[in-house]
Amino acid sequence: MKKNIRILIAKPGLDGHDRGAKVIARALRDAGFEVIYTGLRQTPEMIAEAALQEDVDIVGLSILSGAHMVLVPKIREVMNANELNDVPIILGGIIPDEDKPALELMGVKGIFGPGTNTELIVSKIHAIVADESDLLV
Amino acid sequence: MDDLITAILNGSRRAVARLITYVSDESPQVAPALMALYPHTGKAWVIGVTGAPGTGKSSLVNGIAKAYRAQNLLVGIIAVDPTSPFTGGAILGDRIRMRDLSGDSGVFIRSMATRGSLGGLARTTRDAIRVLDAAGFDIILVETVGAGQSEVDIVRTAHTTLVVEAPGLGDEVQAIKAGILEIADVLVVNKADRPGAQKTVSALRMMLDIGHPASRTRMTAHHGQLVAIENTHTHTDEPMWIPPVIQTVATDEKGIAELIGAIQQHREFIQAGNLSVALERQRIEIELHERLREALIQRLLQTTPPDYFMGIIDQIQQRQLDPQNAVTAILANYEQMISS
Repeated sequence: MKKNIRILIAKPGLDGHDRGAKVIARALRDAGFEVIYTGLRQTPEMIAEAALQEDVDIVGLSILSGAHMVLVPKIREVMNANELNDVPIILGGIIPDEDKPALELMGVKGIFGPGTNTELIVSKIHAIVADESDLLV
Repeated sequence: MDDLITAILNGSRRAVARLITYVSDESPQVAPALMALYPHTGKAWVIGVTGAPGTGKSSLVNGIAKAYRAQNLLVGIIAVDPTSPFTGGAILGDRIRMRDLSGDSGVFIRSMATRGSLGGLARTTRDAIRVLDAAGFDIILVETVGAGQSEVDIVRTAHTTLVVEAPGLGDEVQAIKAGILEIADVLVVNKADRPGAQKTVSALRMMLDIGHPASRTRMTAHHGQLVAIENTHTHTDEPMWIPPVIQTVATDEKGIAELIGAIQQHREFIQAGNLSVALERQRIEIELHERLREALIQRLLQTTPPDYFMGIIDQIQQRQLDPQNAVTAILANYEQMISS
């Protein structure tokens, strides 16, 4: 298992509800992760730039605005253009079930709605990061 | 690793980011990389920014970086935040105050967690600075964790150290206490639009008046510690650096130009004469001592069987052995083990 997992927690788009993102950031800190927290209203370019400079293992997005079907593909595209193809994305917030298959096709590795047990999120992140590093070896 | 080094020297941001990860993780493959990069270092001016939590260090770094970018200089930023001593996790939130810098390819921001180090920086921050230096950044800003009174690692790392204060954090006695204020090359009173700013400025000026200027030009490294040199000739014409007190409102970019001016004056003061050479020797000596200490204890702990070590702890707890004599015993045991 990778020792120091670095995760970017970002809130793209225009909604101002960052409580969920902060709760998750805090839970991940308590699970021993290094959480780079960038705050509200991040553009896809800002997210990709932070992910690159911070060399994170995984990116967590919190979206409550309903704009996930626009934002997620855009963020994935900008990240890939910055050679961050190998950095997985997970998603939290209000995501309707019918959107989930499409998001998974876009490469989203985990989707966590309101009320998800944080321990589950932690173990899922460990599994995703372990998978990715297996692919790199 | 060779590809990574070439990429860094060509300014690849991905490569810089990746090597800083290896450096922070203290991966074994880092040693040859740092050796290869070392000849390319020593060009950047390293500015340390320290001060209590909430004084506005990150906003100030944001303002300073913007000012240097206006001069077309490349700016690297290392922002250090604390690691939880209980879980090993960390929230690295300094980028929140630096969003003005996003989208500028002349800026590179990296957050680091202290990972158990107590002096205000991570143990690997120096090497991360070297990676940015070799990659061609002209100015490297290093923001420490919110520091109290004794997290003074930064002075052993930076060329110019800014100590950031804010109004209302303490009275005149705080200002004459030893520690963080003594290490300032430039004192910054941020949030200077708040009530009490003038009082804070006066308290700091008073501190500078009643003490001898806290100048490291009169300090020397002695076994890894900074020690003041005895002033043998009292009527010297030797120039002295007296830290200026600059007022800023970082979020409105007020006072930033004056601050940049003060940093420049300090840089010129250091670079005049042989001072920068002497100060670099001092930093090297201190770093060597720190690394040796670290390496020696690692080696000692690897050689000492854990059972023996636990036994010593038992004896200390049962009041059969005091800690100082325990150290003597452990060292004697170690010497015996390596000689046999």
